[in-house]
Amino acid sequence: MTTSSKTKKTIAPRVPMPNQPAGERARNFKEVALGYTKEMAMQEASRCLHCKKPKCVQGCPVQVPIADFIAELVKGDVEKAYAVIKSTNSLPAVCGRVCPQEIQCEGACILNAKGQPIAIGRLERFVADEYMYMDACDLISAKPECPYIDEEKKVACIGSGPSSLTVAGYLASRGCKVTVFEALHEVGGVLVYGIPEFRLPKKDIVAKEVGALKDLQVDFVTNYVGGKTFSIEDLKEQGYKAIFVGVGAGLPRFLNIPGENFCGVFSANEYLTRVNLGRAYQFPDYDTPIIKGRKVTVYGGGNVAMDAARTAQRLGAETVHIVYRRTADAMPARHEEIEHAVEEGIILEVLANPIEFKGDEKGNLTSVTLQKMKMGEPDESGRCRPLPIEGETYELETDLAVIAVGTRPNPILLENEPDLKLNKWGYIETDEETNETSIPDVYAGGDIVTGAATVILAMGAGRKAAREIARRFGIED
Amino acid sequence: MANKILKKEQLIPGQTSKLVIDAPHIAAKAKPGNFVILRVTEHGERIPLTIADTDTENGTITIVYLVLGKSTALLEELNEGDEILDLCGPLGKATQLHTGGTVICVGGGTGIAAMHHIAKGHHQAGNHVVAIIGARTKDLLLFEKELKEFCPEVLISTDDGSYGHHGLVTDLLKERLEKDDSVIEVVAVGPVPMMAAVSKTTEPFGTPTTVSLNSIMVDGVGMCGACRVTVGGETKFACVDGPEFDGHKVDFGELRQRLAAFSSLEKESFEHHCRCKCNDNK
Repeated sequence: MTTSSKTKKTIAPRVPMPNQPAGERARNFKEVALGYTKEMAMQEASRCLHCKKPKCVQGCPVQVPIADFIAELVKGDVEKAYAVIKSTNSLPAVCGRVCPQEIQCEGACILNAKGQPIAIGRLERFVADEYMYMDACDLISAKPECPYIDEEKKVACIGSGPSSLTVAGYLASRGCKVTVFEALHEVGGVLVYGIPEFRLPKKDIVAKEVGALKDLQVDFVTNYVGGKTFSIEDLKEQGYKAIFVGVGAGLPRFLNIPGENFCGVFSANEYLTRVNLGRAYQFPDYDTPIIKGRKVTVYGGGNVAMDAARTAQRLGAETVHIVYRRTADAMPARHEEIEHAVEEGIILEVLANPIEFKGDEKGNLTSVTLQKMKMGEPDESGRCRPLPIEGETYELETDLAVIAVGTRPNPILLENEPDLKLNKWGYIETDEETNETSIPDVYAGGDIVTGAATVILAMGAGRKAAREIARRFGIED
Repeated sequence: MANKILKKEQLIPGQTSKLVIDAPHIAAKAKPGNFVILRVTEHGERIPLTIADTDTENGTITIVYLVLGKSTALLEELNEGDEILDLCGPLGKATQLHTGGTVICVGGGTGIAAMHHIAKGHHQAGNHVVAIIGARTKDLLLFEKELKEFCPEVLISTDDGSYGHHGLVTDLLKERLEKDDSVIEVVAVGPVPMMAAVSKTTEPFGTPTTVSLNSIMVDGVGMCGACRVTVGGETKFACVDGPEFDGHKVDFGELRQRLAAFSSLEKESFEHHCRCKCNDNK
C-alpha cells in the first residue's frame, strides 16, 4: 500500500494480524486469525488521529463509540475500552471477527486518504477477547442493583441469531425479561450453522457471548419453531408485551440448471449446516455425515462461497474452484476472506457460469459445464453486466458442488401469520423508524426483513427495535 | 420433564418400536401428516420421523421407527423414563382433508404407522376410510388393530402369503378401485418403490393420489434444501412444501437416488458405533 506524497506526517502502517500459516490452517478447523497481543493493540491504537467528529462511528450500524474505546486502549485501559464497546454492542467478539469493517467503520476512517485505516475490527476483537470471562452485567449496565429484572416487561425473540441476541442484550441489561425461542437445537442462528469454526469458534466465542446473556437472565428455549410450535398470538396470550421476529433468511436459492438434484450438489446452507451445526468434520465421532469431495466446485462470490470453499479444502479436497461469472474484483466477499482463501490454495474460476451438471447412472455428480463470460458495459446500476461468449463452453470435473447464490424468505412463520404484511420480495415489511411490523408490538429485523445481509446489519436492526421497545416501556426517552 | 418416553413397545423385536413421548407443546399443535425432528445424543444427528398419533388430552405424541442406522439404534437404546435430548415439531404441512367420500390409505412397512395418523384424520373428517396394509410376512405387519378401530375395511397383503392376500398392496388397490367409484383420494406411505407403484396403479383411474415422502433432511425447517424433490418438473422442499405431494407428479427415480447419497457413510457410522460399543463392553 502506498502513501500519498502530499502527506505531511508519515502514518505508520497498520500492525499486521498474526495468522496461522496458510499451509497448516488449510488442513484444520482452528481459527485462522490469531488476534493481537496487548502491545500490538496499543501500537495500532496509537495510530488513531482522534478526529473531533469521528466518521468511523457513523459507519457502524450499531454506533459503537469507536474513538472513545480506542482512546482508552491507547492508555492501556482495556477494561474501560470493553465497557465502552459493550455499551452499544452485545456481541463484540463476534463483530470483531466477521463484520465487513472495510466498508463500514474502517471504510469511513479518515486515514484511508493517507494510508491504511485504523484496524478497528482487530482492536474490537482484542478488547472483547480479553474480557470474554467478565460478568456481563457489571460491564453493560453499570447499575449497582444489577441484575434486576422486571418480570412484567416480557419480551420474546423468535430466532436466536445476531439480531435477536442484540435485542436480548439491550433489553435485558435494562431490566426486561427476555425469552429467546430457537428452532434448532443450538442457540446462535447463522453464527452457529453458517459461519465456520475457523472464522468464528463456537465454544469459545459464540457460546460465551450467549452465556453472558444468560447471566443477564435471558431465557433460551431451543427446538421451538415460530409458526409451528407456537404462534405470535400464543406469545401474546402468555403475556409477552413485545415480540421481535428475527428468523433469518431461509430457503436456499439454486441455479435452476439441469442436473441440480444429482447427489453431490449441495446448497451452501446444507453443506455448512452439516459441518458447523452437525460437526460433520468430526464424523464418525459425530453422527452427521458429509460428502467430502475430491474435486469441489463452489458457485457464488460472497462470504458464504468463501466459507464453503475453505471448508471443503479443510475436509481434504484435492482441488477447490470458486466459480464466479464476473471478475475476482467484483466478488462481494470481504477482501480478507478472498485473500485467505487464495493463500490456502482455492482456485478462482472467474468469468465462468455453470449451465449444466452431469452425473453417472447412479445419480452421482461427475462434472459441470461452464459457459465462458466477458464483462459488458455498465447497466443502469453502474455495475458491468457479465455476458456469455457464444459457443465457448468447457467442462470441469467435479464430484461435489456447493451452491452459494443466496436465499429466499423462509415460509414457515410467514405462511402461518397471515397478518404479517410482506413486501414485494416476500420479506417482512417494517416501519423504517421503529422496525415495527404491521402487527402492533411485533417487530422484525435481520435477513427476514432485508434478505441475506451481514451480521452487523442484523444487529443494527435489532438495536433499533430494542430502543423502540425500551421507549414504549418507559425505560428510555 | 420434557420429551420423556412414557411408553415403549417393541412392535417387531430388535427392529421396530413405538414410543409414546410426553410433549404437550407438540401434541397441542400436531396434525395428521406432520413430523418431528429429533436428536438422541450430543454427538447425534437430526433425524425426521413422522408422527404416528397424538393425544392432546394427555399431551403425548407417538412415533414408530425402524432401526436402520446408528441414530435409530441409539433411539432404540432408550427406555421408558428416559428423555429424548432434542425434539422439535410439529413440522411440515398437515394433510389436506377433503370430505364426503371414500379414501383409501395404503401403508407399507414402518410407513403404516405414519399412514395411521393420516387415516385417522380422514376418518375424523367424515370420510369412509379403507386401509390397505402390506408387509413381507405376517410378523412384520403393524397397526392392524389400531386401524380396525376406525376403518370399516382393513385389507391385508403379505409377500409370502402368510397372512391376507398373497402378493402386493397394489393388487388389492387395483381390485378395490375397479369396483368402487366413490374413491376421492388414495394416500400412500411406505418405501419409495411402493409409493411409486401405488401412484402408477391409480393413474389410469385418475384418482388423486397423495404420497408422504421420507427424503433426507438436516434442519427440517426450510433452510438447507437437502430434502428437495422434483414434483411436476419443479424443485420442492419436502420439509416446508411437503412432506405430502401429488404422487402422479413426483420423480421417484430421483428420490430413490438422493436417499442413497449417504448410504456408505451411514454404514460407516453404524459400524463405528458398534465397534465403540464392543470396546466399551470389554
